[in-house]
Amino acid sequence: MKRFLPLIIFAGLCVVLLIGLSLNPKEIPSPFVGKSAPTFNLPVLGKSQESFSPEQMQGKVWLLNVWASWCVSCRDEHPILNQLAQQKVIPIVGLNYKDKDSAALEWLVRMENPYILSVVDAAGNVGINYGVYGVPESFLIDGRGKIVHKFIGPLTSALVQNELLPKLAQLNSSTK
Amino acid sequence: MLSNSLKQILCIAIAWAFIPIYSNAIEATPLAADPALEAKVLDIAVELRCLVCQNETIAGSHADLAIDLRNQIRTQLSDGQSKKEIIDFMVTRYGDFVLYKPALGPRTFLLWFGPFLLLFFGMLMLFKYARRPASELTISEGDLNAARALLHKDTTKAP
Repeated sequence: MKRFLPLIIFAGLCVVLLIGLSLNPKEIPSPFVGKSAPTFNLPVLGKSQESFSPEQMQGKVWLLNVWASWCVSCRDEHPILNQLAQQKVIPIVGLNYKDKDSAALEWLVRMENPYILSVVDAAGNVGINYGVYGVPESFLIDGRGKIVHKFIGPLTSALVQNELLPKLAQLNSSTK
Repeated sequence: MLSNSLKQILCIAIAWAFIPIYSNAIEATPLAADPALEAKVLDIAVELRCLVCQNETIAGSHADLAIDLRNQIRTQLSDGQSKKEIIDFMVTRYGDFVLYKPALGPRTFLLWFGPFLLLFFGMLMLFKYARRPASELTISEGDLNAARALLHKDTTKAP
C-alpha cells in the first residue's frame, strides 16, 4: 500500500487537472444571476423616437439577447433565435451592442428579425452594466425582472433543449 | 519658369503638408489631457482582468472591451469616485474573476495556499524517502566472497 502512495497522489492530481481542462475558461459565472436586471432606457432600433426599458416587460418571462452585425458568432446563433420566435417560445428583445444602425437594420432584413424590438446601445454602456464581455450573450429574465440565467456565447439547439426549455417550464409552473 | 531653388522649396513644402496625414494614421489614441488622471486610471486598470483576453489586464490589453472599461474608469474618476468604488463597480458586473489579484477569502484559500501546501507535502515525502535507512540491503555471503575475490585479483595478469 505504502509503495503505491506516490502513484495514488499522481493519479489524484491527474483527475484534478483533467477536470480543470474540461472547464471552459470563457464561461465566467455572472454575478447577476438571481439579481434584478439592471434598468436602462434606450432608443428602439429603427424607431429612434421610441424607447424601451426592461420595466415594460414586467410580468413576462423574456430573453435579452446581446447582438451586433459585426459579430460572427451571432450569425451562427441567429437561426436558433428565429426558430424560438417562430414557435413563440419566448419574447426576445435585442440589445444591439456597439453597432451602426444602418448595418444592424440591414442585417435584420437579410437574416430575418426574431426580436420583438431591438434597442441601440451604441456606446456599449448598457453592455458594461450587464457585464457583457463577449457577444452574443443572452439573459433569461423572469416576470419580476430577475435574471434567471445567463447564456454566454451563441445559443445552440442543445442549449435550448437542455437549459432554456427546462428553465422556462420551471418558471411557468412556479407562476401558475 | 521656376528656378531650381524655388522648386526645391515647393517640394519640401508639399512633403511637409502630407506629414500630418501619415502621422495621424499611426499615432495611438490620445491619452486624457491630464497625466495625473491617466496615472490613476492605470493604477486601477492594472488590477483588473480583461475578460476577453483573460491573461491580460485592462491596462495591457488592446481588446475593445478593455478600452471601453478604461474609459469607464476615467469617467468615474472624473466624477470623483474612489478606487475602491470603481473596483466594486467592476466586481458587481463581472464577478470576482475581474480581479487580477483575487481577494483572500474562504473561497480563494486553496487558490492562494494550494501550491504551498503541495510543496510542503512534496518536501515531507522527499525527506521521508531520502532518509530511509539502508539496512534493508542484504547481501549473501557467497556474493560478498565473489566481490572480495574480484577486488584482490592481480590485475597485472589480465589479458
